[in-house]
Amino acid sequence: MSLEFLVASAVGLMTAAGIYLTLRGRTFSVVLGIAMLSYAINAFLFSVGRLIVNAPPIYAKGVTEYADPLPQALVLTAIVISFGMTALVVVLALRTYLETGTDHVNGTPDAGETPSDSEGDV
Amino acid sequence: MDLLLISVLPFLGALAVSLAARWTRTAQAIIAGGFTLAAVLLLVSKAPAVLGGQVIGSRLEWIPALGLNVEYFLDPLGLMFAGLILGIGLLIIIYATFYLSAADCSARFLAFLMLFMGAMLGIVISDNILLLLVFWEMTSLSSFLLIGFWRHLPEGRQGARMALAVTGGGGLALIAGMLVLGNIAGSYQLTEILIAREAIQTSPLYPVALVLILIGCFTKSAQFPFHFWLPQAMAAPTPVSAYLHSATMVKAGVFLLARLWPVLAGTDLWFYLVATTGLVTMLLGAAIALFKDDLKALLAYSTISHLGLLTMLFGFGTPMAAVVGVFHILNHATFKAALFMNAGIVDHEVGTRDARRLGGLVHLMPIAATLGTIAGLSMAGLPPFNGFLSKEMMLEEATHTVWGGLEWLVPVIATVAALLSAAYSFRYVAHVYFGPRRDDYPKAPHDPGIGLWGPPAVLVVLVVLIGLFPAATAGPLVQEVSGVVIGAEPPYFALKMWHGFTPALIMSIVAVLGGALLLWRHGSAERIWRALPLPVAKNMFDRFTALLVTTSRTITDAIDTGSLQRSLFVFFLVAIGLGIEGMSAGEYAAGARDTIPASSIDVIAWLALVGGTVAVMVSQQHRFLTLVYISVVGLVVSLGFIHLSAPDLALTQISVEVVTILLLLLALNLLPKRAWPTSSRTRRIRDAVLAVIGGGGVGWLSWAVMTRQPNDPISAFHWAQAKPGGGGTNVVNVTLVDFRGFDTFGEIIVLGIAALGIFALLETAARGASGRRLLAWKPDLIRSPERHPMMLVVGSRLILPMAIVVGLYLFLRGHNLPGGGFIAGLVFSIAMLIQYMASGFEWAEKRRRIERHALITLGILTAAATGLGSLVFGEPFLTSAFGYFHLPLIGEFELATALLFDIGVALTVIGAVMLALSQLSNVAQRAEKIEHVEHPMDIDPSRTTETNL
Repeated sequence: MSLEFLVASAVGLMTAAGIYLTLRGRTFSVVLGIAMLSYAINAFLFSVGRLIVNAPPIYAKGVTEYADPLPQALVLTAIVISFGMTALVVVLALRTYLETGTDHVNGTPDAGETPSDSEGDV
Repeated sequence: MDLLLISVLPFLGALAVSLAARWTRTAQAIIAGGFTLAAVLLLVSKAPAVLGGQVIGSRLEWIPALGLNVEYFLDPLGLMFAGLILGIGLLIIIYATFYLSAADCSARFLAFLMLFMGAMLGIVISDNILLLLVFWEMTSLSSFLLIGFWRHLPEGRQGARMALAVTGGGGLALIAGMLVLGNIAGSYQLTEILIAREAIQTSPLYPVALVLILIGCFTKSAQFPFHFWLPQAMAAPTPVSAYLHSATMVKAGVFLLARLWPVLAGTDLWFYLVATTGLVTMLLGAAIALFKDDLKALLAYSTISHLGLLTMLFGFGTPMAAVVGVFHILNHATFKAALFMNAGIVDHEVGTRDARRLGGLVHLMPIAATLGTIAGLSMAGLPPFNGFLSKEMMLEEATHTVWGGLEWLVPVIATVAALLSAAYSFRYVAHVYFGPRRDDYPKAPHDPGIGLWGPPAVLVVLVVLIGLFPAATAGPLVQEVSGVVIGAEPPYFALKMWHGFTPALIMSIVAVLGGALLLWRHGSAERIWRALPLPVAKNMFDRFTALLVTTSRTITDAIDTGSLQRSLFVFFLVAIGLGIEGMSAGEYAAGARDTIPASSIDVIAWLALVGGTVAVMVSQQHRFLTLVYISVVGLVVSLGFIHLSAPDLALTQISVEVVTILLLLLALNLLPKRAWPTSSRTRRIRDAVLAVIGGGGVGWLSWAVMTRQPNDPISAFHWAQAKPGGGGTNVVNVTLVDFRGFDTFGEIIVLGIAALGIFALLETAARGASGRRLLAWKPDLIRSPERHPMMLVVGSRLILPMAIVVGLYLFLRGHNLPGGGFIAGLVFSIAMLIQYMASGFEWAEKRRRIERHALITLGILTAAATGLGSLVFGEPFLTSAFGYFHLPLIGEFELATALLFDIGVALTVIGAVMLALSQLSNVAQRAEKIEHVEHPMDIDPSRTTETNL
């Protein structure tokens, strides 16, 4: 098994999990899905620079083997922005929940919602 | 350079006036007038040279790669228009100061007016057609703001919208037309296009360019069938109507016809399109004007008619007609702006501008009556005023024009239009000022102060002077301007009152007598007119827009039902479809690049990631557990970054991980802890299938990429230039703060906006339904009896200074070794968040010294200031500088401006993270209703019983 295979399969798995979770009906699942998709996309962008072990992009004279610095720089800011986005979405989810009393993404509780789902008066 | 100054003066004036919003109206008028006057004086100082045949230019590179530069030139045509724009603008500023009521915000008005003035000035002195288009759009926008100035009036808003839709839409056509023209000529520079007549008129694209440009001109200059927006725009305050909708903006289309005349005119297509449109518009506008009772509507349609006349003259395509056009532009601007201001005076002093309720005002308002009568008779084409001269010359040209083999057509229509024109002009004078005095005026009419009658008086003086001494006053200007329009020496012409008994004189006499007759029989004529089944353009426009709105609403409603699940499903479906299409169009098999064998540790980490992901999926009903599992995934991703030579990414990922999980924990505290699935089984299977296809596709793509040799156009440059160009050895950090510093600058702004968004969402959560739910919220988790565990509190206090030192260390070495602003910012934030966690919100908040909003602002400003600093040294934005210094004891060290930029990054990150999390814990704090205690870290024995889940 190669490192490339491990990374590629992990990217695929995380993407699949992200897609599935963002399609769920509860806001918290959507938040988790977005977090998953962020991991997957960041790892994917990173993998575009190809994998290399023990060759960080720290410049020194005579070094010829080095990791591609450009995807790394792009992914670094992407990680921070993903955080900003996840934070905004989770707060949006919280506010919607407080505003509507349901954590369904469409703001309307489903017909089949179980009574134990209602919050606070268990 | 002077031209650049003239062009920016109005914009500076707009800025200055808006800054002086709290000053008195007089002060604002002096500011606006001062800037305008300065521009006028500068222009006048250039006039002798320009009229002497010299073309003044000035040039500033803007986006040379697109052929878009700030290139101005001043020739006689530009000079005449610039003079009209600035001169009448100055009069309008004075007039408006006295016209607007005390309730109107004069600073806003004057600022919009100056904005418009700058845009209009830009059109007439642009040498670059792309720049001209920018100004063209700017006039549409500023005119929108001015028409809708009284935003509480529905007709003002509707008029503004309609004007924007028509002129803005025409502007789009003009953009296309100008680009085609520029491509034919091979340059976007007007002075070069103007000498490419041959190439343009023989090009197969000439008709396309011509039609598109004409649509732009006709919409702007309110030519049939686009004329209907102009009367609606009369909802604007009268100074705006006088300025934009008679003297300047509506002349932009005519200006462009004149400007491009040398290269576009002279073909049959030009003649039939332009001359016919002008002819129809002239006749139609004059006919409608006669039956309008609202003075401004009458003047609006009269303006349409006169614009049609100008269009027709330029459409004739003969040099002599162009000379007449130029002369009439000048005359029309003087008498029409004066008449609009006059109508404004009547409206202002009498309280109505309905011709049926006016009359006899000559006894009450002698000054206004004199001015109105002179300007009105000039519009009617009566000697000895300037309107007579150009109308005579127009009629003369009409007699020489043959339309489609019919020799009589153009002269007859021109005479009829002149007759109607005389009729409505007489009506304006007779029905407003003459006739019996009435006793039912809404207000007691009297002459206004000089502030209102002075500006039109200046124009009326010009009307008389040009009328009496045309050759001496307007002659030289018309001579030079027509030379430019024609692009050659203009034919011999004489501006004088008496040309002998020419056919034009007879036509003119017919027109004037007929006009007087028509006015005498106005009542019967009006009854006939009302009986005619005439389509109303405004209603057609309204129906058309309503149709557009319904259609787009139907389409939108069909696609977007307001369900996130549905939208996302469609989004993923389309994205996956595009991905598959892309992959099948190219190569998608795995490549032959050598792969790196995985060690057993790698496989274990991979298994942990797979396990974590699967666990997140299956434990959806236990939300705290999912948080634990997803952090496993995040941890493995960070470890992967370390292993795969990305230490910076690993540091960032691990710190972001901590912050994200903390944030989710805080949010989850208030959200339901357990949730049952909402979707049906079929739906879940459907989503799972989509997810597997999507994930498989992305995974395969990643595999296909990684097994191929990299194609590296720019990464090597970053590697090679990091040390010599950026002064650092950590190439990732140098890329962030130097090579791609602008990206980073954008990113921190986004982060700051996200944090502010979070703040706004939570700050208002205490209100309304959400506030009631927060009040009714009860803790639903087992609470620890120790509110602040002693070990955690003591430990966190010890950690704080150490964490700060680690953060500083990571920050300082960031340029050369893994670290940097993002990472240090996150580490600082975590150090402080630990304090909040361990010692409680209240305790930590009390010890906070710096406002978090201020940190975000400070960070962005620091980064911006660093970037701008390089401009001072004549380098592009965000160029970094660095140097090596030697200090005794410490030794050689490096200082780089990139470090300052990185400080900005770190500050923004700290501010954003802290703002988001502390705001969330603030809400949680409120919901928990924790009573205030003197020592918040004491053990609270009362909480042992709170176990309700």
